[in-house]
Amino acid sequence: MSTTKELSLKESKVTYLLRLADDRLILGQRMSEWCGHGPVLEEDLALANMALDLIGHASSLYAYAAEVEGEGNDEDHFAYFRDDYDFTNLQLCELPKGDFAFTIARQFLFSSFSYFQYEKLKDSKDEQFAGMINKHLKEIKYHLRHSRDWVLKLGDGTEESKKRMQEAFDELWMYVGELFFIDGVDEMMLAKGNGADLLSFKDEWKNLVEDTLTEATLTVPDWNQFMMTGSRNGMHTEHLGPMLAQMQFLRRSHPDADWK
Amino acid sequence: MKTKTLHTEEQIWEFIREVTDPEIPVLNIIEMGIARGVGIDEQGKVLVRITPTYSGCPAMNAIEKMVREKLEEKNIENFEVKLDFSEAWTTDWMTEEAKAKLKDYGIAPPEKTVADNDFLKSLSGTKIVPCPFCDSFETELQSQFGSTACKSQYFCNSCHQPFEHFKCI
Repeated sequence: MSTTKELSLKESKVTYLLRLADDRLILGQRMSEWCGHGPVLEEDLALANMALDLIGHASSLYAYAAEVEGEGNDEDHFAYFRDDYDFTNLQLCELPKGDFAFTIARQFLFSSFSYFQYEKLKDSKDEQFAGMINKHLKEIKYHLRHSRDWVLKLGDGTEESKKRMQEAFDELWMYVGELFFIDGVDEMMLAKGNGADLLSFKDEWKNLVEDTLTEATLTVPDWNQFMMTGSRNGMHTEHLGPMLAQMQFLRRSHPDADWK
Repeated sequence: MKTKTLHTEEQIWEFIREVTDPEIPVLNIIEMGIARGVGIDEQGKVLVRITPTYSGCPAMNAIEKMVREKLEEKNIENFEVKLDFSEAWTTDWMTEEAKAKLKDYGIAPPEKTVADNDFLKSLSGTKIVPCPFCDSFETELQSQFGSTACKSQYFCNSCHQPFEHFKCI
């Protein structure tokens, strides 16, 4: 039984853009939940700022996807009027924010992966896409700096911070496999010079993660353990539904309102 | 037949110079590198191009609105304000004068950006930012993010004042 249907070039491109956008919208939304609840004022600001960056990235990616799709949709359609099985974000992004250690660990894993991915995407043949990526890449670098600094501070910190940091990585680990999910969509994009060869940086990324965790005096979980799958095809954890309900409710209640 | 225009491009540019950054009111949007260009087409329509700074910058809507209001204030009716995404905004577009104004205002200005080829290597180090109040280098980073997405937070161990730094991007 085949679960992936053959997509046209245009469909592949839209799917690819939506995957990137969905990751950022969902993660941005999760991070925004810290607003007003940060452990210290500086981190309240930092997390909210990064959430803003990510939502901004999602917005421009959605707008471009709508343009490529050419069916008269806009960013709001993708963000507010799709259901959970239509979203193609990584499960890693939708997990509840947890404690500060969990948020930091997830931020580190996602930002480091995105850094390498964007380094590959920034030379895409599609100029409009490349322009967007170059802009986002500058901002992702700050996200990576921030989360890596905290992994080190908390891992190599007190007994409690180390325990929480280790538990965070242990819990997140089974969602890491999906980062390197590759299918026909990726291949189609690569063929057109607009994709990223994920396998080409997998080792470098793993080394960065291992080096960072080791420096933070943490144990690196098993890369060969069970890994969750399915998000790129719309299969999600139980957490996405309620989150979308909260995010989309207002917009869906007034579908014809002019928000501009 | 070419319509007579009421203003020249230089005059429009001077009007735009009156639009200040809502978060940092000592700077105008030309000094910030936000206002990228002004044009007047054959029908006399004024076109102003602005570039967003950070992706999620919430001030950009305000700035766009302020540009529109400024043009209306000057009795220009036929205009378009366009968001230009063709080049990513960089702090290198800020004028030296703007950087001096930032320092006077108490915000450590951005340095010239350097090629980030060794970004991964540079992850472990943080660059030293001098205090805008006392010029000391005995400063430490408090957070990569501050009151706005474009600024980070520092503390000066010499004069014991906290200050913000406009991040290089």
